[in-house]
Amino acid sequence: MESPSPAPAMIEVRHLRKAFGGVPVLRDVSLTVSRGEAVALIGPSGSGKSTLLRCLNLLTLPDSGAVRVGTQAMDFTGGQRLPRDRDLAAFRARTGMVFQAFNLFPHLSVLGNVMEGPVTVLRTAPAEARERALALLDKVGLADKAAASPDRLSGGQKQRVAIARALAMRPEVMLFDEATSALDPELVGEVLAVVRQLAAEGMTMVLVTHEMAFAREVADRVVFLRDGTIVEDGPARQVIDAPREAATRAFLSHFHRGAPLAAEPAAPAEPAEPAEPAAPAG
Amino acid sequence: MPYEWDFSFLLPYSRLIGIGAAYTAGFTVVTAAAGLVVGGAIAMARLAGLRLVSIPLIALVEVFRCTPVLVQLVWCYYALPILIGVELSPATAAFVTLTLYGAAFYAEIIRGGIASIDPGQWDAGRALGMRRAALMRRIVLPQALRRMLPPLVNQTVLQLKNTSLLSVLAVPDLLYQGQLITSATYRPLETYTMIAVIYFLILFPLTAFARHLERRLAR
Repeated sequence: MESPSPAPAMIEVRHLRKAFGGVPVLRDVSLTVSRGEAVALIGPSGSGKSTLLRCLNLLTLPDSGAVRVGTQAMDFTGGQRLPRDRDLAAFRARTGMVFQAFNLFPHLSVLGNVMEGPVTVLRTAPAEARERALALLDKVGLADKAAASPDRLSGGQKQRVAIARALAMRPEVMLFDEATSALDPELVGEVLAVVRQLAAEGMTMVLVTHEMAFAREVADRVVFLRDGTIVEDGPARQVIDAPREAATRAFLSHFHRGAPLAAEPAAPAEPAEPAEPAAPAG
Repeated sequence: MPYEWDFSFLLPYSRLIGIGAAYTAGFTVVTAAAGLVVGGAIAMARLAGLRLVSIPLIALVEVFRCTPVLVQLVWCYYALPILIGVELSPATAAFVTLTLYGAAFYAEIIRGGIASIDPGQWDAGRALGMRRAALMRRIVLPQALRRMLPPLVNQTVLQLKNTSLLSVLAVPDLLYQGQLITSATYRPLETYTMIAVIYFLILFPLTAFARHLERRLAR
């Protein structure tokens, strides 16, 4: 947001590899995201898209490769020692993340959730943090819930609080890990509206999503992963409406809601398939 | 001939009984506090996940969990001095045993409480840039404490009752004083009834408190 740096790429990932218990999840993945760009990661469960996203803020540490977000860079090539807690924390403080399961702090109020990062990590004065938290809650349409406990909120409201909590850190980048997958269908819209607004404001974003219509509409680029490899990477409309790769086409054929929005008004009259069960490893 | 209950003879012994109650309460407070500190340290060390540290700690915890306190007390008083070559006073042996016994159970309660917190909470704190210590203090412990509190109170109730075993080492706790009074007056029925009533009067508020906590935290 502030002080535009000359570097065009906000996120740079080079030759990322990650295996869990000997099973490779990311095989030499490289990805660049420009400042202000919104990139949607799509792909079947187990394709490594969530792992890739978690590597961007080092919630998951890559086995090898390099990650840079803004001015923060970390290199994992050559089997170096694990980074220190302090360095990881500093790295993560510059990115915001929103989780599928919201992960709000249940022992804090809505306001307390949004204030927690600035007060504990940035050492912002509580009065100032409070003011900013209230402004952010207003932005996501929940100013009236500031004093409420998170367990009093609907899923959509929880996720909007989670977005406000992440924004409170003034992140350079926002990461969304299937942010709407745990929501009832009628609550998805209110969360997507907030994401759409962030995109319009020029926030750099990476979204793991199953909402193909949304990815097509909001993302500048769509990246399709399968088996830990980037199969296709291109402009959102092109990848979703006219994928080049057979694997992308096969995957997208599962989404009747997404693709037909494009050019075929006469969508096949089949019942819409459920958007793939929420998979933990996604 | 029906037994004639008469508690009045106990009156001259009230000072002795007071000392006994003080020993019982004092040992409970001191060993519970020390046990919580040691147990907390064991729990943290085990959660850190270093095998070299964890394995001996698991062994220690299991030894104390799987042998009777009475055996531990006697062993600590009679056998341990021979092993380490240091004479232990009954009070010291009692303190060491009850502290470690309590610590073994407290450690499991604390470790379990912390481990039961959803990993998503750690993820969320880390994603905000919180460091491990801050995350533990601000996010995990406040939630874990709510879950740990009822079992911790229950364990402390047991801790107080276990102090009655100190009488075998001639530590003048409530039960020991009762034995003294009995041997002087030959009136065990009244004496032990009174002892039981005193234990009950101390512990009932504590268990009521634990029940209250459980009900409140269940909401």
